[in-house]
Amino acid sequence: MLDLLKGPVLVVQEFFLLAGRAIRNIFRSPHYETDIALQMDDIGVGSLPLVIMIGFFSGAVMAIQMSRALRSYGQIGKTGMVVAITLVRELGPDLTALMVAGRNSSGMASELGSMKVTEQIDAMRALGTDPIQKLVTPRLIATCVMLPALTIIADFVGIFAGWVISYTLLGISSRQYWNSAWRALEWNDVAQGLIKPFVFAFVISLVGCFYGLRTTGGTQGVGRATTHAMVAASVLIFILTYFIAQIFVFQGQS
Amino acid sequence: MPAPSILRFEHVTVSFDQVPALIDLSFEAREGESRVILGASGSGKTVLLKTALGLVKPDSGRIFAFDLDLTAMDERKLFDIRSKIGMLFQESALFDSLTIEENVAYPLLNQRAIHCPPDQVHPRVVEALDFVELGDTLERFPSELSGGMRRRAAIARAVVTGPPLVLYDSPTAGLDPITAHTIIALVLKERDVSKTTCLMVTQRYQDGNLLANFRYNSERGSLEPARNGATAVPRTVFMVLREGRLVFEGDQDRLEAEADPYISKFVKQRV
Repeated sequence: MLDLLKGPVLVVQEFFLLAGRAIRNIFRSPHYETDIALQMDDIGVGSLPLVIMIGFFSGAVMAIQMSRALRSYGQIGKTGMVVAITLVRELGPDLTALMVAGRNSSGMASELGSMKVTEQIDAMRALGTDPIQKLVTPRLIATCVMLPALTIIADFVGIFAGWVISYTLLGISSRQYWNSAWRALEWNDVAQGLIKPFVFAFVISLVGCFYGLRTTGGTQGVGRATTHAMVAASVLIFILTYFIAQIFVFQGQS
Repeated sequence: MPAPSILRFEHVTVSFDQVPALIDLSFEAREGESRVILGASGSGKTVLLKTALGLVKPDSGRIFAFDLDLTAMDERKLFDIRSKIGMLFQESALFDSLTIEENVAYPLLNQRAIHCPPDQVHPRVVEALDFVELGDTLERFPSELSGGMRRRAAIARAVVTGPPLVLYDSPTAGLDPITAHTIIALVLKERDVSKTTCLMVTQRYQDGNLLANFRYNSERGSLEPARNGATAVPRTVFMVLREGRLVFEGDQDRLEAEADPYISKFVKQRV
């Protein structure tokens, strides 16, 4: 039994060691600004069309589905409120994080995994560079900056899509929709909506890099690392969503 | 007085997941020496080079490079030692996302102990690439080059800082005989022009044979036999590894006289 547990415990330990080193390197030189900028472009600008699309359609679907339920209570005017709260608290951060995990966590794992199996990581160390400083820390910083930004964009696009549906299909006036959406949001919602992507950014970047850096077994290993990274990042996002929601709900009640 | 010690292994044992890769390995490479490391696949040759560079930590034993104990150093201190050691990786290990010029410039720009002035980087890169006869590939990416050209560019990257010790991991693996000869000629050129100590891992006996019996004539720009001539060849020591253990260490004559079937297996390949 103890032997069975050794493996997973070791993996978790290695993950936290990598996370610790990556975070420590944020405050140590050298800083690779060019790599940070390149990653921000890849993660942020590269994911933007996807995030806009996901945000728009999730907002539109929320407006259509919720309006049915709200109509039966005669509260169709509250559609803006429901769309705004759902998007800002849950759907915006979660869907954006899942999209970026699918796109970038797996991308990081495959890129670093390919470098590992072709000895480029060893070469980097041999040529005077710390691979964590050069590869992991820039990805961590870039994800921590870009994911909250992408989430804000997804939230806004989603609420906007809700307005398009409400105005064109449900006959709700613009003023009523935006008023209801704006007044529904409290500090607690916004804080939750912004803390979540920040936490998810750590998961997405560190899980991707972790699986990439421990790749073994040639190109087959790279494929395995990519899949593991995406699955682990997605599952962790769902688990963390639950715990963050719990914390904020308890905090709200108290 | 013997030449200074460049690299010394003292009872080094390395294992991965409790599977031993090197077992109680001891040897000493002195300045100006060439060492040819032979052995079957999985005998620990690559691990030996990576351990010498501090990329792999030994489970026990000590490693000294330039009389400094690598086993007692953290990664940051190892960077300074690594700036004195050039390494050619088996698959070249050029960075895919960088051009050949950026690849060769990488150690000059990133090794803290090198202190290369920015205006000297480009000339030194051009010089290193001219050395391996790849002066016209500066702007190209590794994926645009053939296997042999990539290996030559990787040699340029390994020697651009002028390290006194160069490690070659199977420099001729997977190459056709003509390209393999060109690569070994470059290894000899680097050794004889820059007077470096070198360790070369190989599965081909003829590579070691060239190292032991030929020298690079810089005036003619070609190799010439030197074993029995007036021009001395640096001392070449052959080492044979078997399942992580050093089973032979000595010169070519002793190697060729060995009766052990595992050791003589490598000698029989002589052409």
